[in-house]
Amino acid sequence: MSILIDRETRVLVQGITGAEGAFHTRRMMEYGTRVVAGVTPGKGGQTFDGVPVFHTVRDAVLSTGANASAIFVPPAFAADAIMEAADGGVDVVVCLTEGIPTLDMISVKQYMKGKKTRLIGPNTPGIISPGKCKIGVMAGYIHAPGHIGITSRSGTLTYEVVDQLTKLGIGQSTCAGIGGDPIIGLTFLDILQLFEEDRDTDAVVIIGEIGGRAEEEAAEFFIRSMSKPVIAFIAGITAPSGRRMGHAGAIVSGGVGGAGEKIAFLEKAGITVVKSPAEIGETVAGVLAGTAQKRSQ
Amino acid sequence: MKIHEYQAKALFKAYGIPTPRGTIAQTPEETLRAARELGTSPLVVKAQIHAGGRGKGGGIRVVGAPAEAREVASQLLGTRLITPQTGEEGRPVETLLIEEALTITEEIYLGIVIDRSRERPVVLASSEGGVEIEKVAAEHRDKVIIEDIDPAVGLRPFQANRICYGLKAQTSVAGKMTGLILNLSRLFTEKDCSLAEINPLVVTDGGDLVALDAKLNFDDNALFRHPDIMNLRDLSQENPLEVEASRYNLNYIKLKGNVGCMVNGAGLAMATMDLIKLVGAEPANFLDVGGGATTEMVREGFKLLLSDRDVRVIFVNIFGGILRCDTLAQGVVRAARELEVNIPMVVRLEGTNVEEGRQILAESGLRFTVAEGLKDAAEKVAANLSSREGIEL
Repeated sequence: MSILIDRETRVLVQGITGAEGAFHTRRMMEYGTRVVAGVTPGKGGQTFDGVPVFHTVRDAVLSTGANASAIFVPPAFAADAIMEAADGGVDVVVCLTEGIPTLDMISVKQYMKGKKTRLIGPNTPGIISPGKCKIGVMAGYIHAPGHIGITSRSGTLTYEVVDQLTKLGIGQSTCAGIGGDPIIGLTFLDILQLFEEDRDTDAVVIIGEIGGRAEEEAAEFFIRSMSKPVIAFIAGITAPSGRRMGHAGAIVSGGVGGAGEKIAFLEKAGITVVKSPAEIGETVAGVLAGTAQKRSQ
Repeated sequence: MKIHEYQAKALFKAYGIPTPRGTIAQTPEETLRAARELGTSPLVVKAQIHAGGRGKGGGIRVVGAPAEAREVASQLLGTRLITPQTGEEGRPVETLLIEEALTITEEIYLGIVIDRSRERPVVLASSEGGVEIEKVAAEHRDKVIIEDIDPAVGLRPFQANRICYGLKAQTSVAGKMTGLILNLSRLFTEKDCSLAEINPLVVTDGGDLVALDAKLNFDDNALFRHPDIMNLRDLSQENPLEVEASRYNLNYIKLKGNVGCMVNGAGLAMATMDLIKLVGAEPANFLDVGGGATTEMVREGFKLLLSDRDVRVIFVNIFGGILRCDTLAQGVVRAARELEVNIPMVVRLEGTNVEEGRQILAESGLRFTVAEGLKDAAEKVAANLSSREGIEL
């Protein structure tokens, strides 16, 4: 098991003929992802490495039964692409695009209300269930199948954590990047809920950062209804207030969103917070050993 | 992106939001002329910088005669104004806004921001002008009136009314205020603002409603569709190294320490800064060369780090996923050679082809300390720093 995607997931790629889309579609197919369709308006009828390309998402879904979409579309057109995917009725949309205007994303969220489609991102490295399916731009080989769920607001920092875990022999059930923007689809809270329900996930790692209250909302859920251990790292204890640290959403504003207060909030909730990014893997190993011991007692 | 008060007020005017009569000036003589043309007294001379707290920093002065305005202008122009929000380096004062002074009977806070939890813009209003509103909103919700802006229909007149009467505004200005709130909301959404703030919005003794101050910030990601706004960017208000970085799509923020770091990805870059702090050193900067950094970007990144004279040690932390470590190592070596780097460099590479990458670094003949893993890297940074400081003593 895994969350959101698995071996059966049938992926369509919006923007498959663009440079980014083409490159990462090939990497996804190499990993074993079932890419069943591509969408590029004006290029319907062509094929891309054997994958049929359609003018619209609706055509792609009707012809191929695609139930997930990966979006590699430039920022100016990405909001529309997400809405098209939601309208097409796919279950999961992963939007990799960075730089979508905030007000566009606000309209997207409004549009998606009441629809079944779940959005991951934008500005995310994507989602991977190791050994089963990868929708995103992460390097597949650093991952290993296993039982740790990971959710994160950043890209390379997630790779760092995955790498630490894999080298310690600890595999992952699913790694879901929720994205670095202020307005996003699924949040830490949503992902925690899915991991809690997933029988294949034993513990969850949250990789948070400054800005917003997503980590706090996840911690509130943890207190209310989570039985599995959660380990967290919050990046940006050294980040100055009022500055945007690379990600559009990584900013401490009006005294809200600082790393220090997030860490305090999470610790109070009973989440294990790792202070050093170099020790995330070891800490997870320690927590797993602890719970295994408790079980055997 | 930030713009100046006078630029924001010009946009206000275009959206029917009243502002005080005023002109800008860039020399003492222009100030004198502007003051004479306004023909009233007293006047207010306001330094135009991209930071708040100008009053406390001495950047807003009330003057009587035009000659006094010229005097104040000669004191302010060409200096760097330091306010509680600028840090010790201040911001250069190149333009002044000279305005009529008004007699005020009421001060109101009016702002629009993006509320991340509600996932939409919200209008905030308070009868307490001059406050840091997000703090007040977090701590004393009762003192702030909040209305959501529904992206489908925009702010509705009934909501503007509710704000207006919630502020217990004089009935005589209520109609004007409702219109003003709706206009500000229209400006916010049409121009892709991230913040629109009037602090304070005042009622004058003549019963007029006037935006005494104006602050507009814009969503950087939306500038592509607002060339008119992009033209308002004032590079003199930004750190020169940060301006240089933005030219190459690098995310760079100058900090106070002496460990220059170059990292791919914003999250890992922040975590790297945190790690440096944990081993007792201070990061000199935040530098994200992008999740898929190219060798060209690495070279430009190096240039930035080297132009910061505070940097004593360079720490390169790259997690190559799709990008191969050997390609990256070649880029690092070429850049270090070309730029004749002569301070210690700790390089930590991880990811695809990492062994080949490390070998390229080791055989380069340059002063690289190659680290394995984050912990090892942090310790090597600290060691290099202390030995270097030792030599200097």
